[in-house]
Amino acid sequence: MNFDREFFNLGYLDRLSYKDTIIHNIDARVKVIGAIAYIIAVLSFPKYAVIPLIPFFSFQIFSIIIGEIPISFIIKRIFVVSPFILFIAIFNPFFDRNTAFYLFNIPISYGILSFFSILIKFVLTVSIIIILISTTSFSGLCYAMRCFKVPEIFVNQLLFMYRYIFVLAEEAMRMVRAKELRSFNKKGLELKFYVKLAGNLLIRSLNRAERIYYAMLSRGYNGNMPYNKRKKLGFPDLLFILIILIMIYFFRFLEPVNSMGRFILRLIR
Amino acid sequence: MHMADALISPAVGVGFWALSLGGIAYSAKKLKDNIEEKMIPIMGILGAFVFAAQMINFTIPATGSSGHLGGGMLLSIILGPYAGFVVMASILTVQALFFADGGLLALGCNIWNLGFYTSFIAYPLIYKPLIKHNKFVFLATLISAVIGLQLGAFSVVLQTYFSGISELPFKTFLLLMQPIHLLIGIVEGVVTYGIVKYVTMSKPEILEHSLGNYSGKVDGTFIKKIVIGFLILTIITGGILSWFASSNPDGLEWSIEKVYGKPELPEKEHTLTNILKSVQEKISIFPDYTFKKDESKDAEAGEEKYPNIDLGTTLSGVFGAFIVLSLTFLTGFILKTIKKKRPS
Amino acid sequence: MSHHIVKFENVTFIYPDGTSALKGISFTINHGESVGVVGANGSGKTTLLMHLNGYLLPTSGTIKIGDLILNKKTRIEIRKKVGVVFQNPDDQLFMPTVYEDVAFGPINMGLDEHSVDFKVRNALEIVGCYDLKNKPPHHLSGGQKRAVAIASVISMDPDILAMDEPSSNLDPKSRRALINLLKSFKHTKIIASHDLDMILDVCERCIVIKDGVVVADGPSNIILSDQKLLEENNLELPLILQRR
Repeated sequence: MNFDREFFNLGYLDRLSYKDTIIHNIDARVKVIGAIAYIIAVLSFPKYAVIPLIPFFSFQIFSIIIGEIPISFIIKRIFVVSPFILFIAIFNPFFDRNTAFYLFNIPISYGILSFFSILIKFVLTVSIIIILISTTSFSGLCYAMRCFKVPEIFVNQLLFMYRYIFVLAEEAMRMVRAKELRSFNKKGLELKFYVKLAGNLLIRSLNRAERIYYAMLSRGYNGNMPYNKRKKLGFPDLLFILIILIMIYFFRFLEPVNSMGRFILRLIR
Repeated sequence: MHMADALISPAVGVGFWALSLGGIAYSAKKLKDNIEEKMIPIMGILGAFVFAAQMINFTIPATGSSGHLGGGMLLSIILGPYAGFVVMASILTVQALFFADGGLLALGCNIWNLGFYTSFIAYPLIYKPLIKHNKFVFLATLISAVIGLQLGAFSVVLQTYFSGISELPFKTFLLLMQPIHLLIGIVEGVVTYGIVKYVTMSKPEILEHSLGNYSGKVDGTFIKKIVIGFLILTIITGGILSWFASSNPDGLEWSIEKVYGKPELPEKEHTLTNILKSVQEKISIFPDYTFKKDESKDAEAGEEKYPNIDLGTTLSGVFGAFIVLSLTFLTGFILKTIKKKRPS
Repeated sequence: MSHHIVKFENVTFIYPDGTSALKGISFTINHGESVGVVGANGSGKTTLLMHLNGYLLPTSGTIKIGDLILNKKTRIEIRKKVGVVFQNPDDQLFMPTVYEDVAFGPINMGLDEHSVDFKVRNALEIVGCYDLKNKPPHHLSGGQKRAVAIASVISMDPDILAMDEPSSNLDPKSRRALINLLKSFKHTKIIASHDLDMILDVCERCIVIKDGVVVADGPSNIILSDQKLLEENNLELPLILQRR
């Protein structure tokens, strides 16, 4: 069932993010900036760019090896979210049929090029997010947001939400299981049962919010959420972001790949 | 439907990031001025609730397909528009990060599409006036859920179109998206109404406690300044665009010409690229790799001219990419072995 | 040592929906005492605990904690004196990491960074969970969650510890560890529970409530061996006293 899979994923990613590797120990702020710069660089390529995108996979390869992230997990995740993008991208070859070049006498259209360009951009951006989240704890990310001046209320309730997703998802799972046990072979949840189930869960959640508020009050809550002091960026963090930004710049604007390939080809000849 | 990173241009992504962050900042300010301290845990828990409820699929009667809750309308009804918008934004953030649903750059678009219209248009302009005398509650929920999602879907089409990545014609895409979201909106409205009714029937005091008491009213000036302005702009331009798209195949180009004064869409990312490029040219340490070949590639920005693709370059590109990737592999493994050997 | 006294005088409480949960409860708890509050489901135990730090205020009657009479103004002060540990640790551990959670109270009390750190460390070491300080709560086992929940309260240095069902959902080993931990505390303790064996082990005094009134109050070993009294209140003899 869909539910179990999503729930499992959430817990799995969460656990990955608490590993102890070089990448995990880099400051969250630095990783967030790196990821955003990476995504913008990838998406700023012209719509027919395919080959110049490929070097960008090096970030993934590097983090997967160093950050100890199972590659199968990333691939599965990409497949799960791919339908929408495929649905949109598949139209490009049909609407854009001008021939770009001939590959062994087979005409390759611009639509096909842009189709592959979208797919590669998709894989690159999705996987970099998975890598970011599986090497950075959620509270680390929220800490980074706070440093980037994201409004306090947003960050605070984001932390609350993340904390209780696990609790409520488990509660929901128990309710779904109990329902499934009693509904025998019927597939899926009927709308009216769903409404009751969700309504029940909502009541329980609001009751829980009440109890949490009570717990907060009894520990002196006065409307402000305390949070950690700001840490200074260390040398490894600065080195990391410097390398990342230089690499992104290099791959985006200098296309070193072409010249390197030309050089090797010349050597071979 | 979540917008994906790969379908938007950086300009569209950054623009909607700015809009959404502005919305969050404004809501946060409003909340800070008005709410009780209790609101923060309630918002957090309700976010977690919607998240959990979204994970459960249900079968849609008479269609055989399955759907899930969106939750935007539900959150606005329970928490009021400001808190509802902030919570919806945080749900989308967690989805973008953990389920790779959407993307980081597209997150701004998604918050706007799925949060803004429901919280700041459908809820205050349709739901609130309709339920004034506690009549038409079902109708109010249904219509506002449908309108919220229709606007969201329309917004997805606009963002895709203006990004220029997908070749899908505007009209086709519109005809694909709006009807699907009509169905999704109806289901969303029915489910939202059902849940709210169930809760008010079995535990009326619970909702009374949180229902709009903290932040129920949308500030009139906010609507006037931002919402209505944006709404009118979207509906007029959108309406004209789609009307011409349907009545006259060339109408779309015509109206874009009217709006922008030239036949092509403005491509902001290219100006950004150009600036970066000129900076790059000045500081470049590899004068050999000037942008001559790149420029020819970029000159295609207009619709007519396509880039010339030279097979030789492509071949060397493939080669180079292979080398770069192998180098990364090597560095990665070396670093890893060093780390393993180091006693820790 | 009058400031550690808990005194209930004819306390009644009626919920907004009209349910009358406490119907005139009176008792006095002295400094250093540990008292078990037992009773069937719905007898008013939890409502009673919610009065201890002023989350609920009595409809009539007075509650005195130390020198302070509980009312809207004093309850902030009283919350520093009475630490409440809730039945479900998930409701109590709401911060992203164990450390931040235990630090929540001390920071709200306005302590400086250094003393906060000291208090957190101290509290976590007492419950044996200092190693867990950087973990998020959802990675902890049931027993660990309970221990951290207790630490999050004792980091505020309360004079009085009040607990609602502290041993529920614990495996036997964690339960034993908890009992030993509770015994080691010198605080005044008020424990509401169905776990009569634990009450017998930890508390020298026991109060039985039924339908919002006190029906018995005395030494635990006498009350908890009174089979007739216990059965009238939907309870049964502690296992350790049951002869087979």
